[in-house]
Amino acid sequence: MENKQTPLGYVSFSVFAWIVGLLIFFPIFWMVLTSFKSELEAISIPPSFISFDWTLENYVEVQERSNYFKFAMNSVILAVGSTLVGLVFAVTCAWAMAFNPTKRTKDALLWMLSTKMMPPVGVLVPIYLLFRDWGLLDTRFGLIMVLFLMNLPIMVWMLYTYFKEIPTDILEAARMDGATLPKEIIFVLLPMAVPGIASTMLLNIILAWNEAFWTLNLTTSDAAPLTAFIASYSSPEGLFWAKLSAASTLAVAPILVIGWFSQKQLVRGLTFGAVK
Amino acid sequence: MGAIRLEKVKKTFGTLDVIPGVDLDINDGEFVVFVGPSGCGKSTLLRLIAGLEDVTDGKILINGTDVANEAPAKRGLSMVFQSYALYPHMTVYNNIAFGLKMAGESKDVIDEKVQSAAKILNLTDYLERRPGALSGGQRQRVAIGRAIVRNPAAFLFDEPLSNLDAALRVNMRLEITGLHQELKTTMIYVTHDQVEAMTMADKIVVLQAGRVEQVGKPMDLYSNPANKFVAGFIGSPKMNFLGGDIAAKHDCHEIGVRPEHLAVSTDGGEIAATVKIAEHLGAETYLHVEADGLGPMTVRATGEVDLGENDRIFLTPEQDRIHRFDQHGLTLSGA
Amino acid sequence: MSTRASTLTGRIMSAPSIIVLFLWMAVPLGMTIYFSFLRYNLLSPGMEEWIGTLNYEFFLTDPAFFASLANTLLLVGSVLIITVVGGILLGLMLDQPIFGRGILRLLVIAPFFIMPTVNALVWKNLLMDPVSGMFAWIASLFGLPAIDWFTNAPLTSIIIMVSWQWLPFAVLILLTALQSLDRDQKEAAQMDGAGPVSIFFYITLPHLSRAITVVVLIETIFLLTVFAEIFVTTGGGPGLATTNIAFLVYTQALLQFDVGGASAGGIVAVVLANIVAIFLIRLIGKNLDN
Ligand SMILES: Nc1ncnc2c1ncn2[C@@H]1O[C@H](COP(=O)(O)OP(=O)(O)OP(=O)(O)O)[C@@H](O)[C@H]1O
Ligand SMILES: [Mg+2]
Repeated sequence: MENKQTPLGYVSFSVFAWIVGLLIFFPIFWMVLTSFKSELEAISIPPSFISFDWTLENYVEVQERSNYFKFAMNSVILAVGSTLVGLVFAVTCAWAMAFNPTKRTKDALLWMLSTKMMPPVGVLVPIYLLFRDWGLLDTRFGLIMVLFLMNLPIMVWMLYTYFKEIPTDILEAARMDGATLPKEIIFVLLPMAVPGIASTMLLNIILAWNEAFWTLNLTTSDAAPLTAFIASYSSPEGLFWAKLSAASTLAVAPILVIGWFSQKQLVRGLTFGAVK
Repeated sequence: MGAIRLEKVKKTFGTLDVIPGVDLDINDGEFVVFVGPSGCGKSTLLRLIAGLEDVTDGKILINGTDVANEAPAKRGLSMVFQSYALYPHMTVYNNIAFGLKMAGESKDVIDEKVQSAAKILNLTDYLERRPGALSGGQRQRVAIGRAIVRNPAAFLFDEPLSNLDAALRVNMRLEITGLHQELKTTMIYVTHDQVEAMTMADKIVVLQAGRVEQVGKPMDLYSNPANKFVAGFIGSPKMNFLGGDIAAKHDCHEIGVRPEHLAVSTDGGEIAATVKIAEHLGAETYLHVEADGLGPMTVRATGEVDLGENDRIFLTPEQDRIHRFDQHGLTLSGA
Repeated sequence: MSTRASTLTGRIMSAPSIIVLFLWMAVPLGMTIYFSFLRYNLLSPGMEEWIGTLNYEFFLTDPAFFASLANTLLLVGSVLIITVVGGILLGLMLDQPIFGRGILRLLVIAPFFIMPTVNALVWKNLLMDPVSGMFAWIASLFGLPAIDWFTNAPLTSIIIMVSWQWLPFAVLILLTALQSLDRDQKEAAQMDGAGPVSIFFYITLPHLSRAITVVVLIETIFLLTVFAEIFVTTGGGPGLATTNIAFLVYTQALLQFDVGGASAGGIVAVVLANIVAIFLIRLIGKNLDN
């Protein structure tokens, strides 16, 4: 179809495609733009696109009034913490499943996947009560554990599909060379799996950062990450659009960058290897 | 030193009996080739010796010690894999040095051994490269280098040349043979290519369905195959098997005649045939013929033979080169 | 590599993950099931008693359940249709030669990385506000009255927001599948005289069928439990107009403190999700074999 496209066809199709793409992107663009406006300009009709007084005041105010960085720090700690804990568990598990499979490995993998399918509301009540009784409500530790467990199946799966692509021969060669198991994993497997591990970590960070069921239900303030901070704008006082936009822009920017970098590998993780 | 002895070695995968029970003696310094059709268990047998698989039953003795329950690294063997299995993230130098590092050798010793292996294998200029930047033959040499430096009791090769193109394969075949002459270390070499087996081996082990069919020197197997399977497997083109009257005349169930042991004539002879296809290779000519009442046969004639499609010819087997088989495919003695 | 030693280490090394996941799934789920048979309200502690299936009877005959079930199905169904159809169209579009295609692709997939609470609040205020929102202004350009989205079409608003978030997911996966389509196949079909439309229906769509199934199954699992978007915009209202099952369970548990009733609702949600999950797991399991 496309190989006999005329130059004119190429240009007009490109223009069309860009219009569609920009429309989809528009809410994000508009959010970023609004974050640089004053509160009055943010709600002005007709809306102003360029000709307004660009200001950074919202960003300053978001920090000063509501201690934005505390929430951002919580987000970082939760996302990175749950990822690191998950990595330790997932690497060993995926190693075992990829290189020492037994008859039940496949079942175990599918079972892990099935835990991911359980809707969180199904366990909301007991988890909430257990957390309350154990004093884990609104603690980073508790939330790290929840996020880690939530994403563990995905991490194992992603690493498993990456490890599967590493020829067993190479690990056997290491074994013939006298490498012990820890050395085999550290000196041979992990260096070869760096790209896979990196994208697994990135996906996990994205998922943990954006997780908004448990973070909303199990935190109030001390451990509250950005999802909860942004949610606090749902019951606003006075004019707040510009500040909301500034806070939102800060909250999504790092993940957007990470997501853009890892988009190709994400498909594999999100589909459990079913689409490559 | 590396004498290896297998006693009743057995391997089953689940219910699949891959190696039903193998006894084998490999002498120190010998070059032993395992041949057999695909799936016959050559790799499995090699991996059992290496320790990459557990034996289901039986003993593996290396220099008299049973190592069947030892970890691979403890057996003092080196292996060269079909896929080379080089560590892609390490330089050639580090690939070769890895085993020595694992063994805790000092830097100086490592360097000396790596350099000398590199010299033997012509790799000195490539030591800082990664495997990705090497040709197939060079990768193969790195894999061998990695095996050499550990000074093993024996080398294990699993079809090391099958990923190389034809010309390179001939070269590497000579290099490995040369290496064996130089190092005089025991080598066990798996291949399904009977040319490699014939040219390289001191001793060939022919396997079929996990069973040892025959063990012997290449020319022994060629001249005195123990059964029809070995007769058909060793030698190229394949031996012709003829039944019916001509077999009855030799007082057996079936006879076998190698294509190179048939005299061709246009005037007269024992078997009349029609040429279907003639392959002219210059030094020799392969004739694929349809023998009257006997079916298709292959003939290998020396030099250029001026025959083509539908020509009538006559074939006469060399009488002392006829192999006789009974109804179970076993060789009958005496011609 | 299967020696006894390595099989054993394999078991030992996969055990921790399996055990923690099992605890994480089995213990709370068991508790939920247990609670669902109790009269258990956090406001009247110590009054717990076994009431059999009464919670289920209440939950399943509650008009709120039917309303939220209908909302859940509408939400899931609409978002699926929008994202799959849109995903195929955008996937096909991005598979063509386009000026600056790499950057364009980044723009299209960006919404997927936006956290749900940001997504919801930006749409609710900056875009859909009936007075100062972008949509109101655009409507006024055409002389149309502004729509009060969250009053007059609350569920539609939620559907739009959630679709916007999940459209990139469909695009990303369908585009990946499209790019693995053999060029030769298309060219062979062209040689056979097939036009673009028949190529799409006879070659492209069958090739995409597997990816589409994956998108449908995975999205369904996430969409069944949409929560944050409702939580920060409508709070389930007006009335029950935007309450889905997940939100209903949340309301009963953490707003009405009815642990028993919420647990029964949670189990209903688990059953619904499992119906979908069975298909997904079958599909992925088959994939593991080859
Ligand atoms: N891990 C395993 N589990 C089950 N069966 C196996 C396993 N490894 C090998 N087999 C089976 O054992 C038989 C022998 O396999 P092996 O790899 O030793 O053959 P081979 O002689 O090396 O063949 P090739 O020339 O094709 O490499 C085959 O039928 C194979 O399917
Ligand atoms: Mg093999």
